[in-house]
Amino acid sequence: MEMPKFEYDPSSPEVMMQFYRRLFPYRPFFHWLNHDHTPSKLFTHREFALTLTGDIYLRYNSFATVEDFAREIKRLNPSRFEVGAIYNARPRDKRTLRAGALQPQMRELVFDIDMTDYDSIRTCCSGKGICKRCWSFIAAAVTVLDSALRNQFGYRHLLWVYSGRRGIHCWVSDKAALALTDEQRKAIVGYLEVIKGGAEMVKKVNVRMGTGFGAGPLPPSLKYAKQALGGYFTETILEDQKCFDSEEGTEMLLSLIPDKAIAGKLRKLWSANPGRPSIKKFGDLNAEIGLLGETSQAAKALRSAQEDIILQFLYPRLDAEVSKHRNHLLKSPFCVHPATGRVCVPVDPEKVDEFDPETVPTLGGLLYELNLSEQPKAEDGGDPLRGDWERTSLKPYVEMLQKHAQELIRETREEKQSEFTRAFGGSPRILTAQTREIQEGRTG
Amino acid sequence: MQTSRSRPSIRKSIGASLDFKSDLGPYPHRLNFYDTPPQDDVTVEDFETFAIDRLRVLAEIESSLIRNRTPEELRLVTLAQCKKYLPLSANTASGIDRFAERRKDHISHFVLRLAFCRSEELRRRLVKAETTLFKIRYADDDTRERQEFLDSIKLNWEKVDDEEMKDAHIKAGLQAQADYLKRQDYLTDTFYKTPWTQVPELVERRRVFLWNGWAYVPSREQSTLVFQEFQTRLEHTLEMTAKALPRLDEDDRLMPVLEHLSRGFLAGVPSEYVGPEDDFGETITADMIDDLALKHFPLCMRNLHDRLRKDRHLKHFGRLQYTLFLKALGVSVEEAVVFWRKAYGGTMTDDKFNKEYKYNIRHSYGLEGKRANYPAKSCQTILTSNQPGPTESHGCPFRHFSPDNLQLTLSATFGIPAAEQTEIMAAVKGQHYHIACTRVFELTHAKYGVKKGEGLGTANGATETVSHPNRYAARSRELEKEKLEKTKAKPAVEVKLDGEDVVMA
Repeated sequence: MEMPKFEYDPSSPEVMMQFYRRLFPYRPFFHWLNHDHTPSKLFTHREFALTLTGDIYLRYNSFATVEDFAREIKRLNPSRFEVGAIYNARPRDKRTLRAGALQPQMRELVFDIDMTDYDSIRTCCSGKGICKRCWSFIAAAVTVLDSALRNQFGYRHLLWVYSGRRGIHCWVSDKAALALTDEQRKAIVGYLEVIKGGAEMVKKVNVRMGTGFGAGPLPPSLKYAKQALGGYFTETILEDQKCFDSEEGTEMLLSLIPDKAIAGKLRKLWSANPGRPSIKKFGDLNAEIGLLGETSQAAKALRSAQEDIILQFLYPRLDAEVSKHRNHLLKSPFCVHPATGRVCVPVDPEKVDEFDPETVPTLGGLLYELNLSEQPKAEDGGDPLRGDWERTSLKPYVEMLQKHAQELIRETREEKQSEFTRAFGGSPRILTAQTREIQEGRTG
Repeated sequence: MQTSRSRPSIRKSIGASLDFKSDLGPYPHRLNFYDTPPQDDVTVEDFETFAIDRLRVLAEIESSLIRNRTPEELRLVTLAQCKKYLPLSANTASGIDRFAERRKDHISHFVLRLAFCRSEELRRRLVKAETTLFKIRYADDDTRERQEFLDSIKLNWEKVDDEEMKDAHIKAGLQAQADYLKRQDYLTDTFYKTPWTQVPELVERRRVFLWNGWAYVPSREQSTLVFQEFQTRLEHTLEMTAKALPRLDEDDRLMPVLEHLSRGFLAGVPSEYVGPEDDFGETITADMIDDLALKHFPLCMRNLHDRLRKDRHLKHFGRLQYTLFLKALGVSVEEAVVFWRKAYGGTMTDDKFNKEYKYNIRHSYGLEGKRANYPAKSCQTILTSNQPGPTESHGCPFRHFSPDNLQLTLSATFGIPAAEQTEIMAAVKGQHYHIACTRVFELTHAKYGVKKGEGLGTANGATETVSHPNRYAARSRELEKEKLEKTKAKPAVEVKLDGEDVVMA
């Protein structure tokens, strides 16, 4: 997989053009946004924002068909593009509409987790860097968020996408998620958000009723999260990242212990053994709690503090603003990150632990693979949308998107069928405001 | 109209409470989800007056919300305002025409829908105010009647059946929720299952257990579901109304009324000032105006007065706004002519003044031309008509001054410190100009014991906000007079104490 990257600079327009001509998976991408084979409002009223070379930013683009979309992308050759909301009219007609008439109606529910929010705790890299080791933070976050969205909120169609450098995006495409209002999005973020307070805030997890010794148990959602994070905490925080090895880390741990007597005792013990590893330190804390007797009030408070430490280190750190508003733009899957050259590929949440951001297909590598391949260019075959990705290492990722989109299409078809049965002899059903909106949005 | 008039008489003749229910026709319940529009004929007059009365209630709610009143204060103020303008009695009430009350409530709601559906901003404000009104009425309702009402509206709620309550996972989840909320008796409650999107605020605050997209809502939180449902339905229907409005085949009779109403919301309660209740036992002469302006004028008039003194001139609309204000204040036409003549001083000849200016003053007093008795301009008119041009000084400073200038003016004119200005500027930013002005009134009348949130005084439990410059000035003079009388009436010993109070204040 060692690629001669110098030959293909992803920031060069010529190289990007090759990508859009030969590699971008237009059809699966269209199916994913459109939930159907024929263009619906989900696609035609969808905003795309394009960044062109020289930092020219074009908002409110929209396309009638996937062919239209592919033609324009190839013509404008954006360095990246973002997907926005579905509006009540075609976004490209914005200027012909009354001011303020163009309003976002629907949008995938999206989440953005970025490694930079973990800079205060990760020890392997910092800033823009990311490695397989710090990916564990992302993996832990994905595990928790994926299960919360599926089990608690009941969503089924989640697409996780590597953001190209040091983060991950989640796109929830369920019909009910598309129809969420900004208020409901704000509620979901409020429900999921746990890590709060700025750099100056030592304890960033404050989710219980009461504080200190009066602190009650975690709400059910975070109980589940904590259970899922236990293993990650030992492996990632204690054994791999060794977060409490350094003096700074030790201080952080001590400051999160509410019992001052025990904190003082541990401080003495640890300053006598400066090289004491994180896992031992956490063990020491456990031992102290054991001495208090499991049923005592003090022990309960310390157990709660331990749970909060686990959450503070590993609970997903969401970029809340991204999720709150329907009109927020988010970088599209299968864009190329201009700095790393990596393609923003889907990630299987079941295998997120195995994902290595450093082995993600890069634009340079993909073009190199194409050049090695002796088969003729698919473009010559006549279908401009087919692309050559099948002959590269991009294939498994495109297939993931295809499979995901097929499920969405199947659901649309089933819904249409049941609508049909309802209309002709089926039993009537009280529609909620939501489903009503979706139906109007699609048929009206 | 015909129906409503005939009803009371029928009821009187029957007189038995047994028949009350059937007598209420389409309004069996006090609360209303407003799902069906009014079907009978409504006179244009009712159309407008009903809506204005409802608007008075909603405007009070809105101003309370902006002024951060406590829920209890908000409740009392709203109920008082409702009692005055939009009474709605329980089924158990006797001797009251409940049909007429409910009809008025019903019709006024739908008129305001028409008036406020036209922009996102107006829709948002109406939904907020209407939902708050509904919440207050809901809490105020008789428990049994409320239950009957709840049974009557078809809500998409599902009672969690015993089978599901026994499900190990659900049971554990609800137990965990109970532990989290520290409520021992939580599980004994009846639970309802609803899509979580119906109760976003409960979800946001983690007040309910959530599984598979369903929120498990205990019956004690049921009201949240009702309010959310009310809000969702209203939002939805307002959008529908907005879409349908352009196709409404109506122009001259209703549109001006609707236009008028939606503007009314911008300036608070629409009101026509009918003159001070008290003439303060003195005639105002031209040379008293300086002193009055200093002590009693609202910022818009104070600004005109100061400009006039500084420039010795005012542009046409400024003169008009100020002259009508002075007229309503009680300045006679003779004194007004003297006032303006002196104000212009040497900038013009007597001849020019008599020809060009005196006529206009007399015209404003209804003594020239078509001899109309022009009313003084209300805040609503000042805010919305004849927007001031670049060199003009009329209008409402809260709306027509740039924020920086407004802040300078507030400091220079009233000596309001920067710390107090934050709230005023926030109200201005939210386009609640009457609130900003009311706050200024409170601050500048603190010496008479006016406290924050008291506005221009309390009438029937509702706080009056500034809606007319003359009302502002009249209230200010009233306060001064009360103070003077208090001081006068008290024996000499107590005057001292009073004096100390002033020092302390």
